[in-house]
Amino acid sequence: MKHSTRHRVVQVVLYGLLLGAVVLAAIFADWGLLKENFTKSDVAKQLFPDVITVGVRNTIVYTVISFLGGLALALVLALMRLSTSRPYRWLGTIYVEFFRGLPALLVIVFFGLGMPLAFQGWQPPGGFVGSGVVALIVVSAAYMAETLRAGIQAVPKGQTEAARSLGMSSTRTTMTIVLPQAFRIVIPPLTNEFVLLIKDTALLSTIGMQAGQREITTYVRDMMSANVNATPLVVGALFYIIITIPLTQLVSWMERRQQRAR
Amino acid sequence: MTTMTTPAIHVSKLHKYFGKNEVLKGIDFQVDQGQVVCVIGPSGSGKSTLLRCVNRLEEPTSGQILVEGIDITDPETDLDSVRARIGMVFQQFNLFPHMTVLDNLCVAQRSVKKRSKAEAIEIARANLAKVGLAEKESAYPAHLSGGQQQRVAIARALSMDPDMMLFDEPTSALDPELVGDVLETMKQLAAEGMTMMVVTHEMGFAREVGDKLVFMDGGVIVEEGDPREVLANPRHERTQAFLSKVL
Repeated sequence: MKHSTRHRVVQVVLYGLLLGAVVLAAIFADWGLLKENFTKSDVAKQLFPDVITVGVRNTIVYTVISFLGGLALALVLALMRLSTSRPYRWLGTIYVEFFRGLPALLVIVFFGLGMPLAFQGWQPPGGFVGSGVVALIVVSAAYMAETLRAGIQAVPKGQTEAARSLGMSSTRTTMTIVLPQAFRIVIPPLTNEFVLLIKDTALLSTIGMQAGQREITTYVRDMMSANVNATPLVVGALFYIIITIPLTQLVSWMERRQQRAR
Repeated sequence: MTTMTTPAIHVSKLHKYFGKNEVLKGIDFQVDQGQVVCVIGPSGSGKSTLLRCVNRLEEPTSGQILVEGIDITDPETDLDSVRARIGMVFQQFNLFPHMTVLDNLCVAQRSVKKRSKAEAIEIARANLAKVGLAEKESAYPAHLSGGQQQRVAIARALSMDPDMMLFDEPTSALDPELVGDVLETMKQLAAEGMTMMVVTHEMGFAREVGDKLVFMDGGVIVEEGDPREVLANPRHERTQAFLSKVL
C-alpha cells in the first residue's frame, strides 16, 4: 500500500471511531435523567448568590493566604538550601523532601484535626479552617521552595560577581541583584503553583467549617446533599474552570514570551 | 614625601588549585600606581584566574596579595571595602538586566558608598558622558549593542571612583567592529593615569598603551617587560611560539 493511501485509511478509521462513540452516546444515554440530575435549573438558581459571595470568595481568600504564606516560607527554605552553612542546607532539604513526600490531605487532617486532638482544646486562629490553611502553607512552601531554588540558580554567576566586585555585600547582592531576576524567571511556574493551590483548597472540605467559611467544594457538596441532586457540583466545576483556565492561559503566554526574549 | 610609593597590586608566591589542578604555580607579580599592565597568554594559562584573585573572586590557595599595601588574603580584611576601590570589567559585561543603565551605575554607589540619590545620579551621568553614552541612561542593557554594554560596564566601575581597574578580556565577546570604541575608552582612561591590569588578546592595545607586558603560560609568568620590546623581540621560545600565532 502506498504511504499516502495508508495515511488516509488511518485518518478515516480515527474519525469513524470518534463518530461511532458520539452516536452510541446519543442513542443510549438517558438524556432526561442526565438533565434532571446535573443541570436542574431551579436547583442551580437557588445557589446564587451564595456560591459566589461565600464559595468563590472563600476559595480565593484561602488560596491567596496559602500562596503568600507559602511563598514567604518557601523563600526562607530556598535560601536555606543554598546556604553555605551545612546544617541549614540539611534542614531545608529535610523539610522539602518530607512535605513533598506526604499527601496534602494527610497534612491538612493532621493540622486541622490531629493537632486540636493532641493539644486539648487548643486551636489556631480561624478554627479548623485556619489550621487547614496553615497546612496548605506548609505543603505549598515545600514545592515553591524548589521552584525558587531553581530560579535563583538560573541567574548567571556573573551577576553575583559583578555586584560583589562593586563592593556590595552578599546579602545586598542577593536582595537587589539575584532575587529580583530569580522572581522574573519563576513567575510562570509560581502561577502554576497558584492554580494547584486553588484546587487544593477543595481538600479543606474534609474538615468541618461554619456556613460562612465554606469554599466552593464544601458549599456545593452541602447543596448537593440538601437537594439530593448533583447540579451544584456542575456549577462548582464551572466556577473552578472560570478561575483556572485564564490563569493557565496566562502562564503559557508568559512562557512563550520568555522563550522569545531568549 | 617618599619616593617609594606602595605598589597598587603586589602578588607573591601565589598558588591556586581547582581541585587537583594547579592553575597558578607560584606567581610573583606587581602593578605600580598609574601603570597599565597587560597580561597575555594562551587560554588556560591562568591569566584570568590571576586577575580574579586580585579582588578575590577566586580564593587563592596560598600566597599573598597586597592591594595598596592591604593584605586581601587576611581573613580580617574588610573585602567589600577593598573591592569598592577596585573596578572590574568582565568579558560578558554582566550588566544588571533588570535595571536601567542609570540604575546600573547608581545601585552600588547608593548601597556601598552611601551616596545620596542626587549625588549618585550626578556621578553616573558624568561617567556615562565620559564613555559617550549620555543619551542611553534610561535604556535597559538588552537594548544596547555589546560595545555599548561594555562601555556602560566601564562607566559603572568608574562611578565607584576606583583606585585601579581590572579588565578581564573586555573585548573578547564583542563583534570586531565594536572593539574599537571600547579600546578607545580604555585608552582614554590610561591617558588619565588610571592604574590598569588588563587581560587581553589585543596586542595593538598592549603595544600602544601598556607600560608593562606579562606573558603567562601553564600557570607561570614566562616573560615580562616593556610591551614594545617583548612583542618585537621575545626572549623565551614559548613567547615566540605564542606571538607567532597571534600576531
